[in-house]
Amino acid sequence: MAGEKKGLQLLDFWVSPFGQRCRIALDEKALPYEYLEQDLGNKSELLLRSNPVHKKIPVLLHDGRPVCESLIIVQYIDEAFSSSSGKPPLLPSDPYARAQARFWADYVDKKVYDCGTRLWKTKGEPQQQARKEMVEILKTLEGALGDKPYFGGDEFGFVDVAFVPFTAWFLTYERYGEISVDKECPRLAAWAKRCGERESVNKNLSPPEKVYEFIGTLKKKFGIE
Amino acid sequence: MEKATENAKNPAPAAPVKLLGSWASSYTHRVQLALRLKGLEFEYKEEDLGSKSEELLRLNPVHKKVPVLVHGGRALPESVVILQYLDDAWPETRPLLPADAFDRALARFWCHFADDKLGPAVGAVFASTGEEQEAAVRQVHENLALLEAELRDGAFRGRRFFGGDEVGFLDVVLGCGSYWLAVFEEVTGARLVDADAFPLFHAWLRDFEALDDVRETIPAVDRLLEYARGVRHMLLGLAGAGGAANPADEAPVAAPPAAATDIAVDI
Repeated sequence: MAGEKKGLQLLDFWVSPFGQRCRIALDEKALPYEYLEQDLGNKSELLLRSNPVHKKIPVLLHDGRPVCESLIIVQYIDEAFSSSSGKPPLLPSDPYARAQARFWADYVDKKVYDCGTRLWKTKGEPQQQARKEMVEILKTLEGALGDKPYFGGDEFGFVDVAFVPFTAWFLTYERYGEISVDKECPRLAAWAKRCGERESVNKNLSPPEKVYEFIGTLKKKFGIE
Repeated sequence: MEKATENAKNPAPAAPVKLLGSWASSYTHRVQLALRLKGLEFEYKEEDLGSKSEELLRLNPVHKKVPVLVHGGRALPESVVILQYLDDAWPETRPLLPADAFDRALARFWCHFADDKLGPAVGAVFASTGEEQEAAVRQVHENLALLEAELRDGAFRGRRFFGGDEVGFLDVVLGCGSYWLAVFEEVTGARLVDADAFPLFHAWLRDFEALDDVRETIPAVDRLLEYARGVRHMLLGLAGAGGAANPADEAPVAAPPAAATDIAVDI
């Protein structure tokens, strides 16, 4: 499109784990981009124009063309910049390994955020149910990790990018859901720590206390005690 | 962990392909159609979703659903994952996804829209009556309007199929499922795909359903009708009983009761 801004821009919201996936992928590829914090209570013209279907962040703009949905954005970054970045691909080259990576990233998408939300939004029986489910989900993911250093094997990859932002939410899950990730899933906790040592992750994840504070604010706003 | 074993892990393309599915599952149809479009031979095993086989539960322990593709002893669940695997494992066959990264992102976006928005909205029409159904119908129309707009002036402007001159990934995903629209219209009386309101979508669906490979894949309409009537009867019966137990506002979008969704009224 004529006159559109060149380069990469990310429409995002500071605490969003979905947005953080994109920031991590961009940094892993050492791609410069402009970060544009969005006010979700008063959505910008740019956001509404770039994602008219869902009106949500994150949105990646590449020379003005929008790519929406965090995992689609991560794959786009991996595919569009594979040769130019000189960095290893996030998705493996083996077809079966790629399928497994897509499966587990999809599993994280289907399960983690919704269950986590129910953990802090509900009380009593529904919260107990959410607590049980979250432990199951984390154990399933821990099973998929196995003895590997990363979900991607030796290399930090697609599933690691998909899941790691949620590690900043473990503290919130622990405090509202009374789930100790260290106790229930020690290998997952170790993986989280290992990922945290990477610059791209360290730089882009919200501090767990900030996430907890943010949820506290949301709860007050929605009148949830 | 050495990469030396990678080739040993990857089944040779000639290794047999087996598909576990259900005749009324549109997710299963996606994979059957994709295999046919690529000219790939496969063995098909029909699963009784009311009484799942030990094999299915072993091959898909996480979701326990069909379809599952088995290639050289490796199991792959989730239709959208399988479709991409077919492209990756048989690169010499006709590709489903486009080559350009941005076009791929678009195909994936609308595929996600089909599964996340349109599908559940149509399912909601099917599982409800009265005012609730009217609201669900409006939702379906809103979603179809978005697709119509993309066909008219957006990403898919001027194309016969979403994939271009030939069907691709998004056609397979949307198409295998859209046949339920006419069936649900017949069974529920709700008006879903109006040729006047959605002329391009309507034309696309008609062209898609006329393809030989598609006709070979989608079950006969009277079988689908009979099946749908039976499920709707059961769903409405269950909704009457289970409605009161449903926790209030914060619950996710109303979905048919668990037992019903197991019986693959997915689209």
